[in-house]
Amino acid sequence: MGLRTFIEGWPVYRQLTGTDPLGRGAAAKSDVSRALTARTDTADSVARSVCPYCAVGCGQRVFVKDGRVSQIEGDPDSPISRGRLCPKGSASKSLVTSPLRQTTVRYRRPYSTQWEDLELDTALDMIADRILAAREQTWEDVDTQGRPLNRTLGISSLGGATLDNEENYLIKKLFTAMGALQIENQARI
Amino acid sequence: MAEAHPVGFQWVMEAKRKGAKVFHVDPRFTRTSAVADEYVPIRAGTDIALLGGVVRYILDNELDFREYVLAYTNAATIVSEEFSDTEDGDGFFSGFDPETGTYVQDSWQYEGHEGSSGSGHTAQERDSAAGLTHESHGAPVGGQTRRDETLQHPRCVYQILKRHFSRYTPEMVERVCGISQAQFLELARAWTANSGRNRTGMLIYSVGWTQHSVGVQYIRTGAIIQLLLGNMGRPGGGVMALRGHASIQGSTDIPTLFNLLPGYLPMPHHAEHPSFDEWVDSIRHPGQKGFWGNARSFAASLLKAYWGDAATPENDFCYGYLPRLTGDHGTYQQVLNMIDGKIKGYFLLGQNPAVGSAHGRAQRLGMANLDWLVVRDLFMIESATFWQNGPEVTTGEIVPEECRTEVFFLPAASHVEKEGTFTQTQRLLQWREKAVEPPGDARSELWFFYHLGHKLREKLADSPLPRDRALLDLTWDYPTHGPHAEPSAEAVLREINGYDVATGRPLSGFAEARADGSTAIGCWIYSGVYADGVNQAARRRSRHEQDWVAAEWGWAWPANRRILYNRASADPDGNPWSERKRYVWWDAEKSEWTGYDVPDFEKTKPPSYRPPAGASGPEGIAGDDPFVMQGDGKGWLYAPSGVLDGPLPTHYEPVESPVRNPLYGQQANPTRKMYAHPVNSVNPSPPQEHAQVFPYVFTVSRLTEHHTAGAMSRTVSPLAELQPEMFVEVSPALAGEVGLTHLGWAHLVSGRAVIEAKVLVTDRLTPLRVDGRIIHQVWLPYHFGFEGLVTGDSANDLFGISLDPNVLIQESKVGTCDVRPGRRPIGPALLELVADYQRRAGIVPGQHAPAVTTDDEGKEHGAS
Repeated sequence: MGLRTFIEGWPVYRQLTGTDPLGRGAAAKSDVSRALTARTDTADSVARSVCPYCAVGCGQRVFVKDGRVSQIEGDPDSPISRGRLCPKGSASKSLVTSPLRQTTVRYRRPYSTQWEDLELDTALDMIADRILAAREQTWEDVDTQGRPLNRTLGISSLGGATLDNEENYLIKKLFTAMGALQIENQARI
Repeated sequence: MAEAHPVGFQWVMEAKRKGAKVFHVDPRFTRTSAVADEYVPIRAGTDIALLGGVVRYILDNELDFREYVLAYTNAATIVSEEFSDTEDGDGFFSGFDPETGTYVQDSWQYEGHEGSSGSGHTAQERDSAAGLTHESHGAPVGGQTRRDETLQHPRCVYQILKRHFSRYTPEMVERVCGISQAQFLELARAWTANSGRNRTGMLIYSVGWTQHSVGVQYIRTGAIIQLLLGNMGRPGGGVMALRGHASIQGSTDIPTLFNLLPGYLPMPHHAEHPSFDEWVDSIRHPGQKGFWGNARSFAASLLKAYWGDAATPENDFCYGYLPRLTGDHGTYQQVLNMIDGKIKGYFLLGQNPAVGSAHGRAQRLGMANLDWLVVRDLFMIESATFWQNGPEVTTGEIVPEECRTEVFFLPAASHVEKEGTFTQTQRLLQWREKAVEPPGDARSELWFFYHLGHKLREKLADSPLPRDRALLDLTWDYPTHGPHAEPSAEAVLREINGYDVATGRPLSGFAEARADGSTAIGCWIYSGVYADGVNQAARRRSRHEQDWVAAEWGWAWPANRRILYNRASADPDGNPWSERKRYVWWDAEKSEWTGYDVPDFEKTKPPSYRPPAGASGPEGIAGDDPFVMQGDGKGWLYAPSGVLDGPLPTHYEPVESPVRNPLYGQQANPTRKMYAHPVNSVNPSPPQEHAQVFPYVFTVSRLTEHHTAGAMSRTVSPLAELQPEMFVEVSPALAGEVGLTHLGWAHLVSGRAVIEAKVLVTDRLTPLRVDGRIIHQVWLPYHFGFEGLVTGDSANDLFGISLDPNVLIQESKVGTCDVRPGRRPIGPALLELVADYQRRAGIVPGQHAPAVTTDDEGKEHGAS
């Protein structure tokens, strides 16, 4: 190592001679941190997304490596958020990768004290049967004066407000077509 | 705002840096208060008294923006001589019907239009939350009105307003709200100073404002101030609702609400809307002015989107397929019906009512009495495990071996595992790209409902029953992709946008909607989001590459318009009010409206346009009437219809209050929705006896580190670590009075429940002097429940069920309770404690407080 290299290795030298007189940026960088690579640099792909928490609508960039979310950062291009995220938005990688997430269907029989496993398609089929049965049991064609009702009051739904517009559209469309009108949302609450 | 919408708050700080004065009105000192110029503590539930004080201050000192008020509001319009004000009725307007607890609104109308209120069924309008249908347009009103441009006529709106708020003096604000006169005057001066040609002021509220028995009227009062000061439709002005969830705006625009269809079209009512024509006419009001006159096209296009080839002009586009309302089918009525065994099955889609809805015990008891429950969520939430881990299991009210509810838990896809749009708080749609596949069995709601629909149709394929036609004729043919046959969200967005039926061409906007079945539109107000076959919501032009309006980032409804009613940013002649506030203006050379934003006006209608006599629809709107969705083109200081609890806001006490209403004999909103059900109760308030059993006011709100019912934060380790415990904030004075120790335990008791919390003794809570006595308020976060990484009792358990009459939203921002030191009892002893309080307070389950209290000293009459 030459003398010059040795001296340039001192942060204080870089601080005095370089563009970082306060020593809070490049001047203070060690060899170790210089050798590090950001997860965002090595990502396979980036999806442009929106924070799922409050309604400000901060832009997110979702970085993916090997089919898994490796980092979520604020989108600096967004005129709404200018790259910022709050504590919840910053934690959204932990949200989507949380080990507590349920990834399989769970089923509790009437009067049971425990959960059991169930195939997804079986669950879907059982739910469809129960919808049809509830309609059958509670269907109302007309009111007492013969005016149309076309409905069931035997089925209810309450949705969160983190559902996409496209999802809400299909939810309302399908429930309306099956005659279920007790369809509600967090927006009422 | 710094707590619950931190990133949005950066713009408040920007404004402050540029000289704006920031006021923060809140019962509790928060991170927002810390950086505001002025923190104004307020007694929870008294905002109309404060804002009404500002209205009076404006009118008394003639500080309104007179040119704007005269030209753009209904200040000069003369009201019927049959109208009488709350000043004459001890808190009642004319037209109250004690039988139903609602108003007949005929006497509230403009002069000469007494018969045209379109009401007379206000009890039914309350049950169907009819106020919600006005989110995209005004209520019906006669367009040809008598006016007094001098504002001197005793029955013109300006004079009525003046009289209505004449007693909302600084002294009265102090007496009701606990805000000092000096502080009130400072707020009023600053607000009114930001008015006129050169200046605007902004009102920001979070939707806790909606969670009151007078929630809609809170917002009305804010709107009155902003209209008087000329702050609507102008840059830097407005009433900004900070909504609390990523797409809660979208959830009302494309509603999953019982009383609405997409684009604020009402769900049909069995008696009011027996035919398609009657349904459509109830929306467009034939002969009425304004853009709602095109409702027939929007309605026909929606039914065409639903039922495709089966929907024809000859069969009224399958109007007969729509289910009909007969009354209140809202979420709280549903829960009571569950307890009564009337509901078979319940879907919870990313929602956790066991923690997030008022009266948690009622929610859990309701869910424990179903045939089946489907929970779709990311995490195992309290609403899925109530039968196993809920507090009622401890008290013995729910026994797993005796609980009949069959529960399906289906894991959901997260926001990065599916594509689609959220509509954020300023009506802006932003498309999210999909980053990764959902894990395991996790699926999007789009996937679940699409495939559920196919299952149902397969099972019914051979059904001869008429009732199954609506399912079998439904257009349900979205393209799918990927290993799980995920339906295309973009194809759904295209249907929402609308298309020409013959060619499939996406429509460019709702002006292309037709009533003859040639267009199909899933949600008319969103039409244009897929114009030119381009997903406009996916636009991401960097803020560095466009102007400050940023019109090429996402897409805002309607028509990518960023400020509604922006015609008002120009003066009646079409010129900017000032250079500083230039936004949208009339270009006389080109004979068109132009500006930084999409003009909210017919592009080539000149400011000088005057409608021919008898004109209706958009034609009836003059060139200087900016409020184009209103029947008279004016901003409404006074609402002759559409608001069920009065044409003007009036201070009523919260349903539960330790204070007798200082302004009127009428204590609380007489039109509020009440439920006399054995599980429900209301703590007594004056003039009833025993109010002192629950002497303290409690209010709830959010922590920065948690989200709503906690499913998306108590399960996330960094957030759980930041806020690990349920707590209650109390003032040092109250801690001394009750005997609470900092970091010790307290329990809080209402007529519904008892919960416990760690004690945080802090100056952030201020005891307030109200009507000559000290009122203590306590504050709780409402995020906690019994599942997740961090757990605690649920604050919402303390609330009963009382609703705003316009929108059926519950009062869950203020209630009364008792506060006691130490931990709560467990098991059956817990129920005994609540029962003891009920006995002492004279609460009889199943009975609610008298609605009418003007009969002095609590003698009850009216509803019981």
